[in-house]
Amino acid sequence: MSIPAALRRRTPRGKPTAGRGLRLPLSSCAVAAVLLAVVLVPLLVPLDEQAVDLTDKLHAPSLAHPFGTDDVGRDVLLRCVYGLRVSLLVGVVAALTATVIGTAVGAAAGAVGGRTDRMVMRVVDVFSSVPHLLLGIFIVAMFRPGVWPVVISVGLTHWLSTARIVRAEVLSLRSRDFVDAAVSGGASRWRVGVRHLLPGVLPQAGLAAVLMVPHAIWHESALSFLGLGLPTHRASLGNMIQDARGTLLAGDWWPTLFPGLFLIVPTLAIASLAGVWRERISPRRRSELML
Amino acid sequence: MTRTPPALELRAVTAGYDRSAPVVRDTSLTVDEGEAVGLLGPSGCGKSTLAKVAALLHRPYGGTVHLGGVQARGWRHRAPRAQRTAVGVVFQQPRLAADPRLTLAALIAEPLRATGRKAEALARTGELAGSVGLGTDLLGRRPHEVSDGQLQRACLARALALRPRVLVCDEMTAMLDASTTAALVTVVEEYRTSTGAALLAVGHDRTLLERWCDRTEEMPCTAAGGPPLRSRAPDPVSVPGFGPEAPSDH
Repeated sequence: MSIPAALRRRTPRGKPTAGRGLRLPLSSCAVAAVLLAVVLVPLLVPLDEQAVDLTDKLHAPSLAHPFGTDDVGRDVLLRCVYGLRVSLLVGVVAALTATVIGTAVGAAAGAVGGRTDRMVMRVVDVFSSVPHLLLGIFIVAMFRPGVWPVVISVGLTHWLSTARIVRAEVLSLRSRDFVDAAVSGGASRWRVGVRHLLPGVLPQAGLAAVLMVPHAIWHESALSFLGLGLPTHRASLGNMIQDARGTLLAGDWWPTLFPGLFLIVPTLAIASLAGVWRERISPRRRSELML
Repeated sequence: MTRTPPALELRAVTAGYDRSAPVVRDTSLTVDEGEAVGLLGPSGCGKSTLAKVAALLHRPYGGTVHLGGVQARGWRHRAPRAQRTAVGVVFQQPRLAADPRLTLAALIAEPLRATGRKAEALARTGELAGSVGLGTDLLGRRPHEVSDGQLQRACLARALALRPRVLVCDEMTAMLDASTTAALVTVVEEYRTSTGAALLAVGHDRTLLERWCDRTEEMPCTAAGGPPLRSRAPDPVSVPGFGPEAPSDH
């Protein structure tokens, strides 16, 4: 049975759109709004992360507190913005760390080849076989709670896929005639790597980095939710959701819902933006949202 | 009279991509100083592989390569730079042989820069481009902004930049029209008359190679010990003209 024409969304050229027309503007607006919020709000409204006001606890959203207050009287909106700021910081730094490590390992394995390549990739396989979160928990458990252990934990567990992507790309570039031409022209290994191979993999590595940001944010939240990430008084989306679990059962939905939205919307927006970028650099593959 | 050693000598080279079925088997080839040798053969018989071995870009399973009487001491990066750069290579497809991110000027100057002659690179790029008939207005462009012919000229200029003693042209003109072919052949011949360099021209265009080169060598194809073409039973669904009853041209 065919789908009724009215239900099919098509462009005038007859291609299924799946909302592609709105994807770029919507996701870039969302990312811009998030960036503005996390930069401007802390400049305008300072937050004392230790302060509580028990006379003001669990107020439903109102004009004074648009997202309501939590079970110790803290403004949910303000803590959401501060939490998102920490999450973004962790996400970006961890994604960059993971991408730098992954690119270095993948490019080295691909460029050197042979036995080194096989050994490095087997190590990558071994680490990939352990769930990321478990490995991450192992790493944070070795430090006092704080931002940097989380960054290290997420960064050190997420370079594996980037290493695979970069290695595959380097292997395909390495067999091209222009690399042969460079070798014949007297180029050293280093020069071939830096001048001919690395520039070729940078778009893929950059894309992997952007796709990694939402993933890293989710990992940060997951670690905080498990009580292993940031110190419990710090405003972090994971901490907020964890704190609000009890109140949700009592029917107070706002301390859970808003941090949840703050987690989902920016990460979807970043992933969607990365999806648009991926379509641009590899137009033949259909991009699917990858988190 | 002492004979000068050949510019390029391949002795009993066996090479390929699968040790159990090498494409090139026990093949020897000599190109004397100033000599132009054409290498002919059907597609897939190992011409390009042999050319890569000659340029020290592909490690053979067996045999040796001698450049100016000196045995090559390694392959690719392991070959001493002086030996690697003694052979200039022009590839069949300029699109694949040019790094898409470099401008033509950077492409031509690449070997000079790679060997640490930056000042010379700045000074000689224009001259090299001129010698292959490439206008200076094209030098700022990138490979996708020029035609195949223009790009192949740049690739030839790159191969000539280090003044190699041997030039290997692997189907250099296969992708090009007649006038560009003639122009590139002229450039190569001018270079050879001025420097006395040797040439190994690989191709399947017998007419061109026989007129261009002093002598031509036929690559023995699969019959001479190489792997036989895999014979396959005809498909149950026959295609008109391609069935077992159709006249075969092999």
